Amino acid sequence: MFKNLNYAAVWRSLDDLAYGLGLALSLAVISIILGSLIGIVVAFSLTSKKKHLRIVSNGYVTGIRNIPLMIIVLFIYFGLPDIGLLFGQMESFIFALTIYAGAYLAEVFRGGLISIPVGITEAGMASGMSNLQINMFIKLPILLRSVMPALSNNFISLFKDTSIASVIAVQELTFQIRKINLDTFRTIEAWSFGTLIYVFVCIGIASILRIFERRLAIPR
Amino acid sequence: MILTLRLIEFTTLSTLKMDTPGYFEDQKLQGTPGFFSELWTAKNGLFSGALTAMGVAFTAIFLGTVLGVFIGITLAYGKQPGRFIARVYTDVIRGIPLLALILANFYLLSVVGVNLNALQAGVLSLGIFCSSHVGEMVRGGLQNLPVGQTEAAQSIGLNFTQTFRYVLLPQALRQILPTWTNTAVEIVKGTTLISVIGLSEIILATQQVIARNFQTLNFYAFAGLIYFIICFSIERLGKHVEKKIAIK
Repeated sequence: MFKNLNYAAVWRSLDDLAYGLGLALSLAVISIILGSLIGIVVAFSLTSKKKHLRIVSNGYVTGIRNIPLMIIVLFIYFGLPDIGLLFGQMESFIFALTIYAGAYLAEVFRGGLISIPVGITEAGMASGMSNLQINMFIKLPILLRSVMPALSNNFISLFKDTSIASVIAVQELTFQIRKINLDTFRTIEAWSFGTLIYVFVCIGIASILRIFERRLAIPR
Repeated sequence: MILTLRLIEFTTLSTLKMDTPGYFEDQKLQGTPGFFSELWTAKNGLFSGALTAMGVAFTAIFLGTVLGVFIGITLAYGKQPGRFIARVYTDVIRGIPLLALILANFYLLSVVGVNLNALQAGVLSLGIFCSSHVGEMVRGGLQNLPVGQTEAAQSIGLNFTQTFRYVLLPQALRQILPTWTNTAVEIVKGTTLISVIGLSEIILATQQVIARNFQTLNFYAFAGLIYFIICFSIERLGKHVEKKIAIK
């Protein structure tokens, strides 16, 4: 069975695989950046004193977290054109992943916000800062530094979620692996190599993020 | 000449159509049905799809949890070759997207000679995925327990099995319950991906309905609603059990 492995088909489409990997990474990066912005805003409104803000943001987080990403993607790509909103494949996937990431990251940021000691915010109030200033200059920096470990886990799983883009024929890594498999029937070769790429990229992302974690960690 | 022919053709055809008794009534009756009537027509397909998805999810969660507990114990207390294998297994599985895992299981195993249908491949992939996550969280739960617990158990003369059974496991299980609920929700959500290899679960059932009536927006929203209801109730149930079994 393993005697006649032939990786020639994989080497031939190495460029496609590289393109797919690049596309997957850029989809992930764009949605993570946009999703983090949404997440921070939603996290602040989750912990705010205004009740209607809390209800709306809580509804968003609970709703999105309990709906599979695939349904969100299909809904945006196939469903929204019904009411006249047409997006391309990549735009709709980025849109979907951003919404999805926003809900997950909001939860992470909320955890970080809760764990900020009250004394620090009170110190800000005592020195005459406005609410916005406290949020911007006191809470946000502490928040970003303290949630790094939880964030990097989410970033990795969001990168893995880009594989779902292959369902609406975005030509990212899973799509390319599957294409090699279906074109050449070199099944073992395609999937073993693809799996290796995913595992190594995830390990790479994890170690890069760990460097950031160590740099940004709040010294105790 | 041609024009007149066409005209005659057109008029005869249209009169023929309109002369059929009940033509207008039929048109009125057949006019595009609304969402709820389509939903009523589609209820059986969607229901069996939901049932399939839930069956896959629960089987996978059950198998994955049983396997995962063993992996977690191996990771925490196992001897070296076993522990290394368990570590590689969890890291590799956690490094692959679930979709790639499902596709790989579906295509790879048939090459090796194990012919799995979509259902079996789906259960297997989700189970493997679940087991790696459960293994990692069981390891975390066991290793985060204070050493004093083990020492106390040993000092009153419990052997390893007893220590594990009566002291460590109950505490570890309480600790991992919130994360375990999250994983269970992830697995339920992961059942959507099995539609890619052609198992008729909620997504594929929905797509079949949509192919019939083109109400794309409504029916994808409805599929989302089904998943929301299921996942939300699992989450609530987890919170409830957590509160029930908390050590006061």
